[in-house]
Amino acid sequence: MIPPRRPRNPTLLPQAALAPPALRSRQATGLAVAAAQGRFMLQVCDDCGRTCYPPREACNVCLCANLRWRDVPTGGVVSAQTTVRISMDPYFRPRTPWRVGTVRLDCGPDAVVHLHASLAPGDRTRLTLKLDKAGQGVIFALPPSDTPDMPTDQALRETTCDPRGRRVLVTDGRTPFGQDLARTLIAAGAEVFLGLAAPWHPFPGQDSLPGTPVTLDLTDSRSTEICAAAIAGRVDIIVNNAGDFRPGHPGLDDARLAMETTYLAAARLAKYFLPALQARGGDGPYAACAWVNVLSIAGLVPDPAYPSASAAHAAALAQIQALRPSLRPLKLITAFVGPLDDQWHQALPPPKVSPAQLASAVLTALRNGQEDIAVGDLARHTLALWHDNAAITLRR
Amino acid sequence: MRQGYEGIVVAAPVTVPYERYSIHGAHGWIGRALHGLLRAAGLKPADLDGACLSSFTLGADTAVGLTQHFGLSPRWLDHIPMGGAAGVVALRRAARAVQAGDARIVACAAGDTNAPDSFRHTVAGFSRFAIDASVPYGSGGPNAAFALLTDAYMRHTGITRADFGRICVAQRANARQFPHALLRQPLSLDQYLSARMVSDPIALFDCVMPCAGAEAVLVMHEATARDLGLAYAHLRGAIERHNAYPEDPVQLRGGWAMDCAELYAQAATTPAGIGLLQTYDDYPVIIALQLEGLGFCAPGEAKDFIRAHDLRLEGDFPHNSSGGQLSAGQAGAAGGYIGLTDAVRQLIRTPLGPQIPGLQRALVSGFGMINYDRGLCSGAVILEAA
Repeated sequence: MIPPRRPRNPTLLPQAALAPPALRSRQATGLAVAAAQGRFMLQVCDDCGRTCYPPREACNVCLCANLRWRDVPTGGVVSAQTTVRISMDPYFRPRTPWRVGTVRLDCGPDAVVHLHASLAPGDRTRLTLKLDKAGQGVIFALPPSDTPDMPTDQALRETTCDPRGRRVLVTDGRTPFGQDLARTLIAAGAEVFLGLAAPWHPFPGQDSLPGTPVTLDLTDSRSTEICAAAIAGRVDIIVNNAGDFRPGHPGLDDARLAMETTYLAAARLAKYFLPALQARGGDGPYAACAWVNVLSIAGLVPDPAYPSASAAHAAALAQIQALRPSLRPLKLITAFVGPLDDQWHQALPPPKVSPAQLASAVLTALRNGQEDIAVGDLARHTLALWHDNAAITLRR
Repeated sequence: MRQGYEGIVVAAPVTVPYERYSIHGAHGWIGRALHGLLRAAGLKPADLDGACLSSFTLGADTAVGLTQHFGLSPRWLDHIPMGGAAGVVALRRAARAVQAGDARIVACAAGDTNAPDSFRHTVAGFSRFAIDASVPYGSGGPNAAFALLTDAYMRHTGITRADFGRICVAQRANARQFPHALLRQPLSLDQYLSARMVSDPIALFDCVMPCAGAEAVLVMHEATARDLGLAYAHLRGAIERHNAYPEDPVQLRGGWAMDCAELYAQAATTPAGIGLLQTYDDYPVIIALQLEGLGFCAPGEAKDFIRAHDLRLEGDFPHNSSGGQLSAGQAGAAGGYIGLTDAVRQLIRTPLGPQIPGLQRALVSGFGMINYDRGLCSGAVILEAA
């Protein structure tokens, strides 16, 4: 069980923000790709159909090199268990006892897994790929169906970012999207700070704002620094929904503005807020855990109707990817959105993403610990095209 | 039927006394072992025209770099990265080289150093599959990997921790008579059973203690040994097998069963003809697998065998004469030689502790390399007194 959150003793050092061993082969990084999407994928041999694990370069039945990552059945049977009580690894050491098992997967191979407390040898299990604090894909063996205690399993919680009991900053509360994110997170048990740029300017919903309003203008370094000085030490999750989506072929000033509100806004968060989160990234069950960025799918596959926004979101995306290793153990969640149902996308036909859709998708990603999500049919479709063949998708 | 090992002998067993931590590199430990061989056999470095070396802690070096390091110019060289199977496999390779005339005198040596925290680094980077798929899971290291095997084996056979404890207690009794053993305090079954859990069901006294050390022997023709005036033991049979039974969900057997009939046929003997059994003993469950795989008892019946026999040097079934790695310490790849060198000492009647009276044949078994979820290398040799 996870104890309720209590004020921490300010005289104690936080538990160090360590990560489990992060070294992996290139092939094994495929596990992280699948885990980031919430899928259970392993290498399957194109020639003989064998499912291979651990990840490798050639099939261990027919030796051909045609191994392809595919979704595979998630069932298995536990064959052995242990409880590690003494670990050599600085990350695991304070987290023992830690359950480990061996599982014979229904799809063939045997895997060493993180073993849920309720499982014993002979039991059926459901396998899932999760991102650990090193950002690598690891296999968790769970009970066949969800149990009430699962969200509080300590090992599993290391791979998720459940907002319950945590403090979240939603960076742009001036839009219905930001306000819905805040309401949804509060309903999920979080405490929310709602960032407001130029709060003296009227905006919809200003009379019934959820959460605690804070003045935050991410296009202004000074404003970001002041806000961070006030709350960064208390924030566990940042949901950055500030971004520019203006259409058309703008002048250079507009292009600059798009960069300010999207790329440089994220850069300011990284500079002023993220070090304080990262330092508390290992601090118990309510550790600081995630930086969510809501980005246009046009940042991945540029949209000719939105050239400046495409460039600004691509810049933000590249920055997040580049920061990923240095910000561990935090999760860097990218929520790719299709057109939002807002003023910037008036000219586009449906389907568009509603505030409720975005909020629910972000909450789910946090609860599952997924780093790569697509929100809305168009973003999902575009992402699927990109996964299939990025080069063709970019050309079209 | 493949060719036998007629005329091949093993001589000059050398153990460089182990240390818990060493300020010297693996090169230094292997160098001391080779020097020990030269002194024991009255040879000059140039007489070693073959070398077969094993180590985990040479950094960027292999056996190749060691030739320059030690000023050797062998015409036959092998590097055997097989951990606990290194000694057995080295004997096979060296014997064939001598039989074929590729080398006259082969130095087989293994050695490793140990510094605080160096074992963790060895484990963390042990193999690609370990890095990708076992180290990130709790990092219990070999303790956790063998705990999974032990858990499955206990469920499968009904063997108890007390049975494993009998093995460990008997080996400690042997170690108390072996001058180089690092762990020589008395160990009782009660102490074994009440020790703290490390990774269930593996407890403290199931684990070996990493240390620095080196072991070595010479392999040559019987005639060469006679010319040099060396005492020797005959190599009568040898087997090795890698990645046996890959479809087993958990390792409940090693590769010995696939080949042990051939081993006994080569040596013209049976398990009943073995007077000393030297198993690879990291961890006790692997000893059980060897008792079964090498035909000393039926699969799943090691527990009955252990209960029925006294495994001490002076017992009815002498086993791991030096106390094994469980009591003498695990000096990295030298752990793959510890049973071999002491078996040769017993067979040529130069023991460091008590002599097993009338010993004619010893079986030395090797097991190594938990590449992912199981040990991949298994092998065994039968040695006979001259």
